[in-house]
Amino acid sequence: MKVLLVVIAAVAFALALGWVFRAAAWRLAPKRHTLVFRDMPLTAAFGMAVILIYVVVALFAPVLAPFAEREVVGGQYLPWAAPYLLGTDNLGRDMLTRLIYGARNTVGIAFATTALAFVVGSILGIWAAVLGGWADQALSRFVDALMAIPALIFSLLLLTIFGTSITTLILVIAAVDATRVYRLARSVAQGIVVMDYIEAARLRGEGMWRLIRREILPNAMAPLVAEFGLRFCFVFLAISALSFLGLGIKPPTADWGSMVRENATLITFGDVTPLLPAGAIALLTVAVNFVVDWQLHRASGLKE
Amino acid sequence: MRGEVLLTIRDLRIEGRSGDTWSEIVKGVDLTLHKGEVLGLIGESGAGKSTLGLAAMGFARDGCRISGGTIDFDGIDLRKASEGERRALRGKRIAYVAQSAAASFNPAHKLIDQYCEGPVVHGVMARDKAAADAVELYRRMRLPNPDEIGFRYPHQVSGGQLQRAMTAMAMACRPDLIIFDEPTTALDVTTQIEVLAAIRDIVRQFGTAAIYITHDLAVVAQMADRIKVLLRGVEVEEADTRSMLAAPREDYTRSLWAVRSFARPEQSQATGTPVVSVRNITAGYGTVDVLKNVSFDIHARRTVAVVGESGSGKSTTARVITGLLPPREGEVLFENKPLPPSFKARSREQLRQCQMIYQMADTALNPKLRLRELIGRPAQMYLGLKGRALEERVRELLAMIELEPDRFIDRLPGELSGGQKQRIGIARALAAEPKLIICDEVTSALDQIVQEGILKLLDRLQSELDLAYMFITHDLATVKAIADEVVVMQSGLVVEKGPKSEMFRPPNEPYTDLLLSSVPEMDPDWLTRLLASRSGQA
Repeated sequence: MKVLLVVIAAVAFALALGWVFRAAAWRLAPKRHTLVFRDMPLTAAFGMAVILIYVVVALFAPVLAPFAEREVVGGQYLPWAAPYLLGTDNLGRDMLTRLIYGARNTVGIAFATTALAFVVGSILGIWAAVLGGWADQALSRFVDALMAIPALIFSLLLLTIFGTSITTLILVIAAVDATRVYRLARSVAQGIVVMDYIEAARLRGEGMWRLIRREILPNAMAPLVAEFGLRFCFVFLAISALSFLGLGIKPPTADWGSMVRENATLITFGDVTPLLPAGAIALLTVAVNFVVDWQLHRASGLKE
Repeated sequence: MRGEVLLTIRDLRIEGRSGDTWSEIVKGVDLTLHKGEVLGLIGESGAGKSTLGLAAMGFARDGCRISGGTIDFDGIDLRKASEGERRALRGKRIAYVAQSAAASFNPAHKLIDQYCEGPVVHGVMARDKAAADAVELYRRMRLPNPDEIGFRYPHQVSGGQLQRAMTAMAMACRPDLIIFDEPTTALDVTTQIEVLAAIRDIVRQFGTAAIYITHDLAVVAQMADRIKVLLRGVEVEEADTRSMLAAPREDYTRSLWAVRSFARPEQSQATGTPVVSVRNITAGYGTVDVLKNVSFDIHARRTVAVVGESGSGKSTTARVITGLLPPREGEVLFENKPLPPSFKARSREQLRQCQMIYQMADTALNPKLRLRELIGRPAQMYLGLKGRALEERVRELLAMIELEPDRFIDRLPGELSGGQKQRIGIARALAAEPKLIICDEVTSALDQIVQEGILKLLDRLQSELDLAYMFITHDLATVKAIADEVVVMQSGLVVEKGPKSEMFRPPNEPYTDLLLSSVPEMDPDWLTRLLASRSGQA
């Protein structure tokens, strides 16, 4: 019964948040975007509101957080009480502070990785589709070979070779994910390059860059955007998994994935604190996918 | 000779949704159909023909709803009937033949399996009896190898055969009513005749009532007992075929009749060096030669029509000229200088001189670019126009194709009608300021009134800008209207070429005669006479 009430209250709050955000967005937006925002579904508005909150938290982490990221402020595993609103962790650092800094590190890295994977993967994929022939074969079979190696083992291998820093972490996970994006982008683009307008553009003498950027990419956006939402979540998992193995984000940098692991023992005592970072990941995932679904809907021109 | 009433539609209203608002597509149409009678529904696109046809089955497409009126089929009120009751009727007592058989068959199943599905599901026949029946109907539809054709997959038979197989399938349960939705529009003239004759025979043999939807008057004149003309969801007039053809009452109907009368004045004889000469081209895909020793010239201010049925090599010729398909032998000369065989080796200037307009404007325009960029891009690339000058040029081009620049310049192709899209295709070709424009079946996807507008526009632009056209078509009415010279092609060979006046005057090559005699005429007895004369010869 209590659980049900909590769920109802959460949904009501989410809808209210969405509604408020939508109302604010379409009044504040520039005139030509007004309609887009006014007609957006509540789920998408909620998603955008959540993402906006995450971004603000990530950007202003030092201002918002009550303590410093790595500061040991009190005893281990203190309960939820002022001044440690969400208690302390296994080393006695403030949980709320680490959650706030975690937004910056985890979301920032995950976003940078996914974005990089998409830029590289989709450009190469479309390029291969346009070229066709042996260039396409060579590149695609190379990507197939990379995909045949289990992703986790492959990233472990690369990280051991190149060492673990934030930059290599981003590059390695992006490289692994770019192969998946490549396959998708290539197959979508193969459907587009046979269209008459691509033939017309080629006959006009257009260069490769223009073909990719103006003629193909806008038409391949819908499936790529949908994939972006999904990939973003997988990158979270990959970072958490690598952190768990000690090759991801290194302590004492705050990261949601490692925070779950470090405080996992608390669950044995019926304390929900370790679930908070997990919840933060889950909430963002849901929010991103709400927005992506809405964009997909708009891009594909589907009605209901 | 009229039997009892089969279908009665009264004050039918159907609404379609665009965004959040519903607007009426069919605005109160009445329709009565007797048993064994064929009713022709004609009108331009957007007139609500197909929507009305589907409503006769009690069906509304996605995004449409029936909002008023009654549909009574043999005593059953289709609007009040439950979905289950309606489903029991569909396929069994009311059947539907779609425009594109290729898109309507399931590509993963054999024809005969798809044939048997209806009778078996409705419990009319057992599976083996239905299969035997299928062979019988294939024979009656005059399909080649009726015993075997059912065991092929849809992609293994030609478009005309597929359309006949679909009609046979619609006949499977011996329905009382068949709705034909433009069954021959996508076929070329010689195939169209076979399909029309087969459909007409089978409908008469079984005494089936039919609604025949088309935008081609000459076709409907052969098929229908009565004709109903629709315009924007409203009935214009209805009469039996002969009296309507002889004396149409309304101005709109007369304008439909008059469309085919457009003909441009005879041009003077071609002189000087040709813009493009095709010299002894042999080309093909893989090891097969699609073109064999093809030669012809195109002069400035002249239109050369290339005609022939599908597969005769018309479009392949265009691909050779544009450089998409380098020929095995022969060469293409541009103002007496040879062009590199592949477009990749041609200079930007050479590419600019030869532009192309495609059959399907839907796939020829990038749906994500605004008209400003679609039309502006060639001008920007080839002529180096930028900023204000580019915008001026785009506006000028839009005005040239009779679209208001202010209203259209920032639209996407999806916000245009079929005819407007084709105009944009023309504007894009003009933006390059070429000497030759290749028009590949540019009017065949459009209905007649829109077609005429496009042809007039092309004609005007030609005299203003001294363009040479290569006009690929299977529609001889278009050839009559716009061509100066005609090249007739059959299986990769040029069968006959010469000025239009010679071409439309006997004696001709047998194949040219076949093409010419296959063009439907307004006379309702034309098909009967033609079939009689052809069987007399054979």
